[in-house]
Amino acid sequence: MQRELLRRLASIIPTLFCVSILIFGLQQLLPGDPAVMLAGEDRDPSVIAYLHQKLHLDQPVAVRYLYWIAGVAHGDLGESVRTQEPVLQLILQKLPVTIELAFLAMAIAIAIGIPAGVLAALSKDGPWDLFANALALWGLSTPNFWLGIMMILLFSVHLGWLPASGYVSPLEDLRANLAAMIMPAFVLGNAIAAVLMRHTRSAMLQVLNADYVRTARAKGLPPWTVIVHHALRNALTPVITLGALEFGTLLSGSVLTEQVFSIPGFGKLVVDAVFNRDYAVIQGVVLFTASAYVLLNLLADIAYLLLNPRLRS
Amino acid sequence: MTSVDTLESSFPVAAPVGQPWYRRILRQKLAFIGLLVVILFLTVALFAPWIAALDPNATHWDAIRHAPDRMYWFGADELGRDVYARVIWGARASLLAGITSVSIALLFGVPIGMAAGLVGGWVDLLIARITDAFLACPFLILAIALAAFLGPSLTNAMIAIGISATPIFVRLTRAQVLQVKVEDYIEAARSVGNSPWRIAWRHVLPNIVAPLLVQSSLAIASAVIAEASLSFLGLGQQPPAPSWGSMLNTAKDYLDQAPWMAIFPGMSIFFLVLAFNLVGDGLRDLFDPRSRS
Repeated sequence: MQRELLRRLASIIPTLFCVSILIFGLQQLLPGDPAVMLAGEDRDPSVIAYLHQKLHLDQPVAVRYLYWIAGVAHGDLGESVRTQEPVLQLILQKLPVTIELAFLAMAIAIAIGIPAGVLAALSKDGPWDLFANALALWGLSTPNFWLGIMMILLFSVHLGWLPASGYVSPLEDLRANLAAMIMPAFVLGNAIAAVLMRHTRSAMLQVLNADYVRTARAKGLPPWTVIVHHALRNALTPVITLGALEFGTLLSGSVLTEQVFSIPGFGKLVVDAVFNRDYAVIQGVVLFTASAYVLLNLLADIAYLLLNPRLRS
Repeated sequence: MTSVDTLESSFPVAAPVGQPWYRRILRQKLAFIGLLVVILFLTVALFAPWIAALDPNATHWDAIRHAPDRMYWFGADELGRDVYARVIWGARASLLAGITSVSIALLFGVPIGMAAGLVGGWVDLLIARITDAFLACPFLILAIALAAFLGPSLTNAMIAIGISATPIFVRLTRAQVLQVKVEDYIEAARSVGNSPWRIAWRHVLPNIVAPLLVQSSLAIASAVIAEASLSFLGLGQQPPAPSWGSMLNTAKDYLDQAPWMAIFPGMSIFFLVLAFNLVGDGLRDLFDPRSRS
């Protein structure tokens, strides 16, 4: 297994290299002089001159890439044109809010998706199966920013139960924090619940027909014990690793969800950067996200290896 | 986007024969309903000037945030523009973006995937690494970044979505080609002296169309949401041209006064995406009956 782990670890190096080229290449898409575009709307000549020097724009592209990647390797993702702050610092400032949102969303997705998937598999082609499939189609077809707007309309405007926007740190007031986060977390968890439901259903249908489940039933174990201890435990192995792969969906979703609910997280940072044409921040965010995704995929692979005894041997 | 792994592992290499396709699709009731809804939206988009009586950009100062009634079926927005007309014209932007961006993804993804699968070796390895790099960037974040760097417009949004969706088609095509190229009929085609180009075009491509069709339908659903998302962020269709995403962006500031501004464009996105998802699911069941279980 160690060899397999090392092989997987080695395989991410060329991927990260290609990711870096892709993200560096984004800058080449800017029409005209990148320094003029990167200088923002003010186009201050001193800023343009500074960017020319900083980005080594008088050098060939390959040399510029080497300068850029050397900076990235030292944690230098560039500087925000708007706030003059290092991009990495901005990302690290905003990340805890998005991580909290992502965890809550994942908890909601698991709480809905896995029981719905189990029930659907147990009543295959029955009313629960139909209901769960309808739920999955709803989750996959609803744009999360629209769902967010509709929830604000119902729970904030009409019923007045929850705040429409804003963020309170859990360290300041946990109750207010949860009140502010419950709607965005549900909006974000909705689509992932649909994916989890579909995978759990399909994994459970396979496992329920397995010999060991038949044996457990033949031994006279209570149906619930067979379902939870024998079937679900084995069916969940691929579903758990799927959680890591859904990280991308969470980050993509957070961009719009945080915008709708005015949550000052990672997604809002991206949107603000887009509005302000703060290209260094956009580039830094994509690089950070892609690297985190590659590493999480690796962790998912390792978790799968550790959880599956057949692969371990 | 739908997991490409699921498609790769579950698809047979050729569509089943027997009943004609329209009879088989009629048996898939939900997919058939989905197809009807897609046709309805296509008709609405094509005949928008005749279906919407009012100009979508005309402002009526006496109708600002007017509630839905017989004159304004879906109400009026903050500038007194007819929401019904804007929803009808918005269907054009959404369908155009969905179909064009998936066409871009197919145009690049299929030949690259076929090259990877048929040539193999270092070409396959290089393409696999580049595809991995693209897939490492979450779909919408990559589309946002590309659209931001290309500049805000519907055309650039379509290009950005198309580029972001391409790697999925590369992977799917490669996986299907690897299954097909070991079949006896490919060996037979090679043994009678067909050129590699002819084998790829005449023998491999027709046998991998089914999964590509399924993925295209699901990808259009994702592309419609992506276009709405980019327009919501101001990176897609530019005002005053109507787009469902930009209508929702404006609507969120008037929720307590004019909720209809948000309800109708959002419902349109939902029904169009649902319809493409139903068609995609139905096609998958049609081409691979195993996936039904």
